[in-house]
Amino acid sequence: MFKPLTQAVQLGYRTAFNLFEWPMAGAQRLVGISRVAWLFLLPNLLIFGLFTFLPIILNFFYATTGSDAILLSQRPYVGAENFSSLLSCTDYLDPNSCRRDVFWRAVYNTGWFVVLQVGFMIAFSLVTALILNRDIPLKGFFRGVFFYPVLLSPVVVALIWKWILQRYGIFNAGLEDLGLAPVDWLIDAHWAFFWIIFVSIWAHMGFYTLILLAGLQAIPSDVYEAAEMDGASRFRVFSKITMPLLMPTMVVVVVLSLIRAVQAFDEIFVLTGGGPGSATTLILQYIYETGFASRPQLFGLAAAASILMAVVLLVLTLLQLRATRSQAEG
Amino acid sequence: MVWSFISRTRGRGRFDVTDWLTWGYLILGIVLMFGPVLWVAMSSFKTDAALSEYPPSFLPFAPKTVMVEGYDDPLPLYEITAGEHRGEVLAQIRRIGLNAQMVDPQNPAEKINVKIGDRAPAREFAMAFENYSKLFERFNFMRYFWNSVFITVVATIITVIFNSMAAFALAKYRFRGRTTVFLLIIATLMIPPTINLVPIYLVVNELGLVNTPWGVIWPAVATPTGVFLLRQYMLTIPDDLLDAARMDHASEWRVYWRIVLPLAAPAIAVLIIFSVMWRWNEFLWPLIVLTRSEEFTLQLALNAFQGDLQTSWSGLLAMTVLTLLPITIVFALLQKNITAGIAQSGVK
Repeated sequence: MFKPLTQAVQLGYRTAFNLFEWPMAGAQRLVGISRVAWLFLLPNLLIFGLFTFLPIILNFFYATTGSDAILLSQRPYVGAENFSSLLSCTDYLDPNSCRRDVFWRAVYNTGWFVVLQVGFMIAFSLVTALILNRDIPLKGFFRGVFFYPVLLSPVVVALIWKWILQRYGIFNAGLEDLGLAPVDWLIDAHWAFFWIIFVSIWAHMGFYTLILLAGLQAIPSDVYEAAEMDGASRFRVFSKITMPLLMPTMVVVVVLSLIRAVQAFDEIFVLTGGGPGSATTLILQYIYETGFASRPQLFGLAAAASILMAVVLLVLTLLQLRATRSQAEG
Repeated sequence: MVWSFISRTRGRGRFDVTDWLTWGYLILGIVLMFGPVLWVAMSSFKTDAALSEYPPSFLPFAPKTVMVEGYDDPLPLYEITAGEHRGEVLAQIRRIGLNAQMVDPQNPAEKINVKIGDRAPAREFAMAFENYSKLFERFNFMRYFWNSVFITVVATIITVIFNSMAAFALAKYRFRGRTTVFLLIIATLMIPPTINLVPIYLVVNELGLVNTPWGVIWPAVATPTGVFLLRQYMLTIPDDLLDAARMDHASEWRVYWRIVLPLAAPAIAVLIIFSVMWRWNEFLWPLIVLTRSEEFTLQLALNAFQGDLQTSWSGLLAMTVLTLLPITIVFALLQKNITAGIAQSGVK
C-alpha cells in the first residue's frame, strides 16, 4: 500500500535534485568554493532577516509612532507616548486607576497565571515523572497517556473543555448527581481563572513530564543501590539523591515553562475569550486585540506592549542560558 | 497471571502502599487525559436532540419514533411506567397540560390519556453520522482541511530544505563569520514571533501575502530549532565521505543532496514531526493574517464556528474530532519516535 507513496517521494526527491543542481552548480562556479557556504545559508538568512531581524528594529519604530496606519511613512512620531500611556497609573496596585486599565488587568492576570500555572504544572509533572520512572509495566503506554494532550491543537483543547464545562455539560451533571449545585464555570470570574490554569496544565504538563523523566533516567542507578545498601529511607533517598541530581533539569524546565506561560494565548482565547469581562485576558491577548482585532488598530500601543513583554522574556531567557550553562558544567 | 503482572514491584515481592498510589495515579491519569477526548468523540455521534439532553448519557441514544396510520409525522415512542397501561409502549400524539394523548401503534383508532409523569421516552442506540456528513455538505469542511494540509505540507518541505541547507553550511564548511552566523541564529530562539507581531504583519502586508497561505508559511520557515537540531546531527557525519564525493567532481549541491541529507535522515524525521505539529496546530499567526473565511485553516474555522451562536454543537464536535484525528493517528503510529525526539532535543 505504501509502495506507490514511496516511489512518488523518491521521484520528487530526484526531481528536486535535478531542478536545483544546474543553477546551484553554476552559482558555485560563480562565487567560488570558498564562499559556497553563504550560498547554502542564503535562503535561511533571508527569511530570518525579513521576518525576525528587520521586525525587531521596526518594532521600535512602531512603538514610537502613533495613528492606525500600518505604513511607517504615514505614522507621526510621538516619542515615548505609547509607553507612558501604558504605564500611567495613579495607583499601580489598582488597574482601575490606570489609563490603559485592560493592559494592567492583563499584566496582573498574566502574573497570577504564570505563578500558579507554572507552580502546579511543575509539581504535577514531577510527580508523574517520578511515577513513570518506577518499574511499572506498560511504561511506554503510560508515558503516551500523559503526553497525548500535548499534541492536540490549542483550539481543540479549548473546545473539548468548553463542551465539558458548559452549563448543561457532563461535569455539572456529575455534580448534581452528588447533590451539589451546578456552576456556570466559564461565566464566574474566579472559576474561569481556575479553569484556564487547569486546562493549560492539562494540555502542557506531558511535555515537561517527558523532560523530567529523561532527567530522572540520567541519574546513575548505582547511586540508588549504594543508598539502599546503607538502608536510607525513601524520603531521604528522594531529598538527598533524586532532587539534587535532578536540579539542573528542573531549572531548565522551570524557565522554559515560565517563558511559555508569559506568552500564553491560544487555548485561553478560545476557551473564555478573555472573559468574563477581562478576568482571563492575558498580555498577549491584549496585544492581539489592540493591534489587530479592534478598530482603530493601535499598532503603536501593541508594539509598545510587546516590547515590555520582550523585556520580561529576555530576563527569563538569560536565566535559562545561565541555567543551561551551569547544567553543562555539571 | 494478570495480577502478578500488575503487582510487579521493585523485586521485593510485596504490593505496598506506594504501589497502590502508583496505580491509582496512573488510572486517574488515563481517565483525565483520555476521558475528555473520548467524551467529545462520543458526543460527536449524538443528534442535536440527544445533545441537549440533561443529564447527558455516555453512549449516543436517540428518541425512538414510529409512523402511525393516520398521522403525517413520525410520533415519538414512550414507555409507560405506571398506571393501567404500565409496560406498554405507546406513541405520543400531543401533550395537553399534565396529560399526554397517546396511541397504541398497533391500534391507531383508540386514543389513550396518560399522565406525563407516568411515561419515559423510549430510546435506541443511534449514531448520528449525519453530524459528519453535514460538515462536508454545508460547512465547507474540505476547503479548510485542504488549506491546513497545504500550509502544513508546503511549510514543512520548505522548512526542512532551508534549515538543512543552513545546517550543512554551518556544520561542514569553515569560513569567516561562521560562529557569528550560528550565534545569530541561536539568538533568535530568544525572540519568539509573539513579540514582533505588528512589524511581521507589516512585512507580510508589504509583500502582498495577507489572506494567502504564503503569509502563514513564509514567516516561520527559518526555525532556529531546526537549524540547531540538524547542525548538531550533521557534525557527526564524517568529512571523508564528503571529500570522496568531491574527488569524483561532485558539485557541492550534489554532496549536500545526495550524501548529507540521506545520512541526516533521523534528525530530519524529528524536524518533520515537529514542523507538522507546529503547522497543523498553529493559531495566533493565521488568526492575524487570514481574515477571509475561504482562506481559513481548520483551527481558524473551528474558532470561528464556536464563536458563532448559529452553529450547533453537533457540527462543532464532529469538526473537533476530525481535526484531532490526524494528529492522534500520527501519535499512535510514531509515539516512541515523538517522545524520544522531544526528550533528546528539549523542544516542542
